[in-house]
Parts: sequence; C-alpha cells; structure tokens
Amino acid sequence: MGAGHGHRLHYHGHSVVHRAPAHLKLVALVGFMLLVVATPRQWFWVFAVHAVVLLTVVGLSRVPPAYLAKRMVVETPFVLFAVLVPFIAEGPRVDVLGLAVSEPGLLAAWGLLVKGTLGVLASLTLAATTEPHDVLAGLRRLRMPDLFVQIMGFMLRYLDVVTAELGRMSTAMRSRGLDPRSPRHWPVLARSLGSLFIRSYERGERVHLAMVARGYDGTLPTREQPS
Amino acid sequence: MHVPDGFLDAPTSIATAAVAVGGVALALRGARRELDDRTAPMAGLVATFVFAGQMMNFPVAAGTSGHLLGGALAAVLAGPWTAVLCVTTVLIVQALFMADGGITALGTNVDLMAIVGVGVGWLVFVAVRRVLPTRLGSVAPAAAVGAFLSVLAAATLFSALFALGGTAPVSPDRVLVAMLSWHTVIGLGEAAITALVVGSVVAVRPDLVHGARPALKARTLEVRRPVTAAPTAPASSAPAPTAPAGDAA
Repeated sequence: MGAGHGHRLHYHGHSVVHRAPAHLKLVALVGFMLLVVATPRQWFWVFAVHAVVLLTVVGLSRVPPAYLAKRMVVETPFVLFAVLVPFIAEGPRVDVLGLAVSEPGLLAAWGLLVKGTLGVLASLTLAATTEPHDVLAGLRRLRMPDLFVQIMGFMLRYLDVVTAELGRMSTAMRSRGLDPRSPRHWPVLARSLGSLFIRSYERGERVHLAMVARGYDGTLPTREQPS
Repeated sequence: MHVPDGFLDAPTSIATAAVAVGGVALALRGARRELDDRTAPMAGLVATFVFAGQMMNFPVAAGTSGHLLGGALAAVLAGPWTAVLCVTTVLIVQALFMADGGITALGTNVDLMAIVGVGVGWLVFVAVRRVLPTRLGSVAPAAAVGAFLSVLAAATLFSALFALGGTAPVSPDRVLVAMLSWHTVIGLGEAAITALVVGSVVAVRPDLVHGARPALKARTLEVRRPVTAAPTAPASSAPAPTAPAGDAA
C-alpha cells in the first residue's frame, strides 16, 4: 500500500504536549472547550485568557503555527455564516463602516467566531500532538465501551486503504474519458460508490475471518504499556 | 456541515450529549443483534465507506458540487443500528482528528446526523417499503423517500435546538424557513444519490443490502431444467450426467 500510515494531521514531535497521556489531553480538551462555550461572549478579557492558555499549549507542543494555520481552513463555511449574522439578526442597528448592522448580531458573530476558532485550534492541537492509537487507548481508559473503541480503531486503520481505493476508481473512470461535470454523471458516480460499498463490506468479512482464524474472541489485544 | 463549538449554549450541548450517549448505547446493543461478533470489523469498514462516500463530489452545476450525508444510505445498506454506530464513529473521528465539528457540539452532531438522520431515514424507508410491492425494485425508491425526509428531519431538529439554545439573535422562524428551504434542495440530491447507490448494489449483490431482506425472502427458488433434445429419455430418478465440457464440441 502506498498510503502513509501516520495520520495526516499528526505532527511528529517529542514535546511535553506530545508525551502527555492521551486521556489527560482528551479530558483537558473537553473541559477547556466547555469552559469556552460557557463563557458569556461580552467578557472579552476572559477570551484573551483562554487564547493565551491555548497558545501557550501550542507553543509548548513546538508544532509550527503555520502548520496549524493551514489546517484552520476547515472553519471557512462557518466563518461565512458568522459574518452574515449581523446582517440577518434582530435588534437595534448600529453603523459600522457605513453599513447598518444589528448590534446584538455583531456581538453574537464575535461570540461564534471566537468560540469556533478556539475550538478548531484546540482540536487541531490534539490531533497534531497525539497518535491515533494513543487517542484510542485514552478513550478506552476513559471507559468508552470497548466495542466502540474497536470500531473506531478499524475505521482509522482502513481509512487510507478505502479512500485510496476510491481514488483509484476515480482515476480509472477519468482515464476512460469520463470527467464528471453535471448531474448527468450521477448514475456512474453512484455505481462507483455502490461497488466501493461492496468492496468495503467484503473486506470487512475477510478481516473478520482472518481475525477469527487468529483467535479473536471479541476483544483486541491493546498496545498499552504496563504501568 | 457540522455544528461547531459555541453555536449552541453549554446546557443545550450537554443535554444533547446525554441523549447521544443513550442513543449510541442502544445502538451498540442493537448492532450486536445485527452483526454478532462481526460488529467491530464490519461496522468499522462500513464507517470508513461512509467517510469515503462523503469525500466523493457530485457535480451540480457551474463548478459547484455537493456530497452525500449518508445516514439513510448506511441504514438501508447495513441496517439501522449498525448505521447509527457507523455515522457516530465518522463524526467522532472527524471531530477528534480533523477538527470538523466542535468537540462540545459532538452530542448535537450525533443526535442530528446519526440518531435522527439514520432513525428517520430507516423508519420512513420501512414504511414506504411496506406500501410498495415486495420486490427488489421497490428498495431504491423507498430509500430515496427515506433519505429525503431524514435530511428534512435533521434540519427541523437543528432549528428546534437553535430556538432552545442558539447563541445568535436570529428569530427561530427565519432559521426554520432558511434551513428547510435549503435542505429541501440538499434532500433532493441526497434522495437521488441514495437511490442510485442502493439500486446499483441491489442489482449486483442484493444479499448485502439489509433493507432488501424481505424482498429476497419473498422470492421463491425457481428451478429451470434445460429442455433436452430427446423427449423420450427414460425417467430415471437421477438426472442424466452431463457430458464433460471437452466432449461437448
């Protein structure tokens, strides 16, 4: 398989943040974000504190800021919505740069933007500093049902395999002269997805049989270090 | 598009998370009934399929494109409980590893897309399937109706949550109207793609389609005997041995 087996968001490193136990990082992420979401949006200085805390963690992790900044684009559609809010919200109007916008709407847009941005940056930091199998071990330590952790593990393992398979199907389609441009091509694309389902399902059956052959009894051996 | 952090207030986020935990716990139990000890690898691979399916772009017009949400599709193909687990897994992986959808909004996203998206899609699918004749050809149209209504149901629930715990002062009526009108368009696309994908799988491997099981069961085995050239052959209890392929020519 040509695909890389690390995660595409992971940034290899050995900083304090990288070495911290994954379950602590998960708890810290959820706790921090709950705090951010619960902070009233007019407490501007508190958000400055949140940002400083988060940026300190990013600094300690030694992940280059440009690396994280590039991946912040996932937030774009949501930023567009937040920018629209002052125009469609209710309440008294104020003039900003010659445009009449709703005052509570402006405040709400600020709240959405700052909370959303802190959330994306915090999640990216976790993803950049924690290997997927460490996250899984952390979730298991946090008492997530074992079956569920196994399902996530299989998804992470086969993510690159299945997406690469989809990529090859798409390459094959294009090399035969079909460049999908309009809904006329939906039946062809849907058939690709249909065969991707059949291949994924059959792969699952083969994986299961291979596991049974190796003595699978419903639990997976873990890679957790004895402590 | 996933709900990000800070879109709904903290109490609403925590309440939706509690509902999500309950729903997923039920689904874990149900999926074991659907898949027994195959649950982990099968649900994992179907979840990967749902994720990959969301990556495929369906061109609409003038350079724009949309993608599948896949709740109803997963329910029809793999069964409702497995589908809830798969979509939930996709959402968790997206939130934890791709920063797509807020970590505090994870419960909301699971409620909207995994529980309501799959649940409504499956229930509508089963209802429509009951009305239509029990044939393999009925599976795809029923899946289309299920997909369409599941998208609308998720949009309606989002509007309701926004009215309860939204953090932007936009009137709930306007949110509902905007969500429903926009999601009618999305739902039509979702319905078309879901029907096409389900139809293509039913055509090749109907045995893999969970929603096609009643139609498969209703089919009776039809044994066709080749009409032999010699009608006066003795009626023996064992069928005449066929000639080896090499001699036939």
